[in-house]
Amino acid sequence: MSELPGDLLYTSEHEWLRKEDDGSITIGITDHAQAALGDLVYVELPEVGQEVTAGGEMAVVESVKAASDVYSPLSGEVIAVNDELADDPQKINSDPYGDGWIARVRPEGESEETMTPDEYQEFLDELED
Amino acid sequence: MGKRTPLYKLHVDAGARIVDFGGWDMPLHYGSQLDEHHAVRREAGAFDVSHMTVVDIEGDGAGDFLRHLLANDVARLQQRGKALYSCMLTPDGGIVDDLIVYFLEPGRYRVVVNAGTRDKDMAWIESRAKDFDVTVLERGDTAMIAVQGPRARERAASALPAALREQALALQPFSAAEAGAVFVGRTGYTGEDGWEIVVPASEGCTYWQKFVAAGIRPCGLGARDTLRLEAGMNLYGTDMDETTSPLESGLAWTIAWDPAGRDFVGRKALEAQRGSGKLQRFVGLVLEGRGVLRNHQKVVVAGLGEGEITSGGFSPTLERSIALARVPAGDYDRAQVDVRGKLLDVRIVKPPFVRNGRATVAV
Repeated sequence: MSELPGDLLYTSEHEWLRKEDDGSITIGITDHAQAALGDLVYVELPEVGQEVTAGGEMAVVESVKAASDVYSPLSGEVIAVNDELADDPQKINSDPYGDGWIARVRPEGESEETMTPDEYQEFLDELED
Repeated sequence: MGKRTPLYKLHVDAGARIVDFGGWDMPLHYGSQLDEHHAVRREAGAFDVSHMTVVDIEGDGAGDFLRHLLANDVARLQQRGKALYSCMLTPDGGIVDDLIVYFLEPGRYRVVVNAGTRDKDMAWIESRAKDFDVTVLERGDTAMIAVQGPRARERAASALPAALREQALALQPFSAAEAGAVFVGRTGYTGEDGWEIVVPASEGCTYWQKFVAAGIRPCGLGARDTLRLEAGMNLYGTDMDETTSPLESGLAWTIAWDPAGRDFVGRKALEAQRGSGKLQRFVGLVLEGRGVLRNHQKVVVAGLGEGEITSGGFSPTLERSIALARVPAGDYDRAQVDVRGKLLDVRIVKPPFVRNGRATVAV
């Protein structure tokens, strides 16, 4: 498995978060998550302006195998979504930490617990056992 | 740990994602299920299907036995090597399993049944065989590889024994040839041309490696499932089981009603069901918009009631979601499916969705 990007935070639901300069948070799913799902064929994105809550459903990613919910790691307002996923959901497979980002949220209030790259790596190692 | 085919180590070495399938550790994909799917539609793919159960039925009573056991009629197999698809039924008309039977020579047939149903199939076949002059021999000593796709036969031919090569290339669809312990049938489960090849277990790896070297891409069970769904082929345990009959599973064409005097297991129940009318329809669905249809989702038909998706998924060839479903009787061509709480429009079509690389339904 490839090395985890060091500038991101991770959740136990296999999402990643990146803090942008404007204070917003970009969210995607991890390489581990995309590999477990297999080739993605459909992504149901949230709408810009939509309020999301920490731990609540934010998007749905569907692979050849199954549908899987993506939970928002924080509460806030969706300020951007990756529209390109509608036509090319496999961007999540090929570049989960880059072109495969899902949504950007302006945080308002609470957020779920996150892990550093080292902590998430440890979490993954324990899953493998 | 599950059961493993003779090719298991090759799959692991090739980086396959291994999953449990009916008690077997099988490759799901080797990286990309979609790429594997397209390889079969466009060129050639190889599947390890050694987990399937090969049973040889031999003896003077073999033909009579199979005419009793199966809903389709092996008397239709007049030429050596010809194959037939059939269901094996309970006395109530439920489906014990679906299978392919090959007529090898008088008094000798080869039957290939599913992996997940092996135990009950063998018990059923053996219990029914008692009244006939036959021996039932399960072949545990073989590997089976399916090579499928428009280029599969030409690429695989060089790996076959010289004694079998010409004969194999000359095979008509749905027929088989054998030389020594190597068996080749022009059959498959993808909707593409190709062969299913049975070889001694000890030679399985060599054949697989030769096929791969000849440009045939290893494909896992994931692609096998999307290919068979596009081809409109039922999966046992998902689209049909002992609670459904062939008449409710889109398989009426596999029931040989004539001659009327042939007393196959389940015949009386099927005749009663056929006479009762109002059977559920077994149909194909094409999702009009975006989203993915999944197994067990509810189909809603306005004014007529509800049905259920038996196999749903994404069609890589059509780039749409498609499904097989059991729906209420009636004459209609539109319905809706409850997809995660939303009712989405679907069109009802007659499977297959794709054959020989081309769409057979409008999208």
